[in-house]
Amino acid sequence: MDIVVCIKQVQDPDIPPRDFKVDEEKMMVVPPANVPPVISTFDENAIEAAIQLKEAKGGKITVVTMGGDKAKDSLKKCLAMGCDEAVLLQDPAFDGSDAFGVARALAAAVRKIGKFDILMCGRLSSDWSYGTTPLALAEALNLPSVTQLQKIEARDGGLRCERALEDGVEVVDVSTPCLLTVSNEMNNPRLPSVKGILTASRKQIPLWKAADLGVDAGSVGAGAATLELTKLYKPVFTGQCEFITGETLEEAAENLALRLRADKII
Amino acid sequence: MAKDVLILAERAEDRLALVSSELCGVGRKLAGETGGALVAVLLGGAGTQELAKGLIALGADKVIAAESNHLKGYTNTLYTQVTDAAVGQVSPSIFLVANTSIGRDVAPRIAFRRGASYAYDCTELSIENGRLAAVRPVFGGSAISHVRSRTEALAVACTRAKAFPLAEVQQGRSGEITSLEVKVESGAVKMSFVETKYVEAEGVRLEDAEIVVSGGRGLGGAENFSYLQALAKVLKAAVGASRAAVDAGWAPTQIQVGQTGKIVGPNLYIAVGISGAMQHMVGAGPSKNIVAINTDPEAPIFQRAKYGVVGDYRKVIPAFTKKCEELLKN
Repeated sequence: MDIVVCIKQVQDPDIPPRDFKVDEEKMMVVPPANVPPVISTFDENAIEAAIQLKEAKGGKITVVTMGGDKAKDSLKKCLAMGCDEAVLLQDPAFDGSDAFGVARALAAAVRKIGKFDILMCGRLSSDWSYGTTPLALAEALNLPSVTQLQKIEARDGGLRCERALEDGVEVVDVSTPCLLTVSNEMNNPRLPSVKGILTASRKQIPLWKAADLGVDAGSVGAGAATLELTKLYKPVFTGQCEFITGETLEEAAENLALRLRADKII
Repeated sequence: MAKDVLILAERAEDRLALVSSELCGVGRKLAGETGGALVAVLLGGAGTQELAKGLIALGADKVIAAESNHLKGYTNTLYTQVTDAAVGQVSPSIFLVANTSIGRDVAPRIAFRRGASYAYDCTELSIENGRLAAVRPVFGGSAISHVRSRTEALAVACTRAKAFPLAEVQQGRSGEITSLEVKVESGAVKMSFVETKYVEAEGVRLEDAEIVVSGGRGLGGAENFSYLQALAKVLKAAVGASRAAVDAGWAPTQIQVGQTGKIVGPNLYIAVGISGAMQHMVGAGPSKNIVAINTDPEAPIFQRAKYGVVGDYRKVIPAFTKKCEELLKN
């Protein structure tokens, strides 16, 4: 079972809210100093799912991302977790791409990789959350897609997938090759082993440019984007919390109940 | 130039899903600005034609009903094909879906296929200089972005649950209902629906609850959800959980509150051992009153809470539960 996983490197989503900074003038999020970027939360679930399938069924995992030189660190982590090969898409032509532009470049890279059974992505990125790239990628490659999986079972000629719904689980059969997306319902990603880190450090990560992919520069980048950003700011919450106290915590708890009753909230 | 607004309405078993009403409300407003008609498309198995009438009462001028046994269960392939056929038939300037496991699964494909713009998880929609403009929380809610479609062609947007008011029901409103034939090419099937297994909520459903009691990482273990269940029983509340608690395996995924879980809007939201990460507050934000119980007085949850108690929930919750029970008896 050969798997291609597309990931995104993002700024650490778990930094304290006070360290989250926005440059409103430039309409940019200012990355926190001294906090390295990480693999987008659900993309790590996708990597883990791919490794578990490989452990069960054999095969090869190739990881792809688009980004600057720092993105190599995230690819190295994927290799250290257990992926076999990694590719970095890097070209000034890609700068300012919207989710559709990214999907076009990723689709070209997946075609260049060649044979695969499953294309795997995280459901949604932790930064701009376009919620678009995986399905646009499936559309570009004319693949069937099953999103927000919580279980995958390989069967003859295809997969049985359990999809996490608002109120339950949907079971669908899909043929391969196909695109799958996962989020935190699926698994808890492993930490790389020491041996894995050593193996990863010896692996080369090729850089592919737009021309290597046969991507028309006019179909990616800021010029091809169909959405424009017009404003970016941090939301302001003016609420004032009233701390309820008492001689003991039990008394504070009773005072809280009395206050909610007085406010007719309970 | 096309002016019509098309919405992808949804069924919830034998009735219209609540999001259909939210879509009709905002769709009606946008159609008023573009000067076009509001058209809804509804897909499903038996009974879809009948339910289509309800969309007229919610403000649609026209409803396209696609009724077929093949659409009883959801598959991305067929739902995309049929929805795209409706988009082709109407040629709208704006196409809206809701942020559900169907809407967000179908819309990006149609937008990409048609060279349209696509704005996901919008909390406000308007028309600016003839283009669709949207407000989208990003970075898990830590920042708010305003975006605008750059294309003359179709603009597609996906609306966040509870961000838009429900449409007013106008009984006796008239409109046209047409049916869309569903063709399934047997050789082209790459997916098949097997079944839906519903997870029955214990007690009150999260989305319908007037009071929600939610637990996070601070609870320290699955067994400690029993503190919250005891309180929920007294308050007739639903129990929720943060992603941290779900990831730790302490609570089922269906009760996760947050950006990728459920968005709830109860009158009272009691957050226990929840730090208040932005991703969580996306789901708890619409609550009218938030009460937080946390050992860390610096936890961000207190910035969003009306009332807070700093301390160990193992002491606070039992005493609070007992007092509530006493007060509610009178």
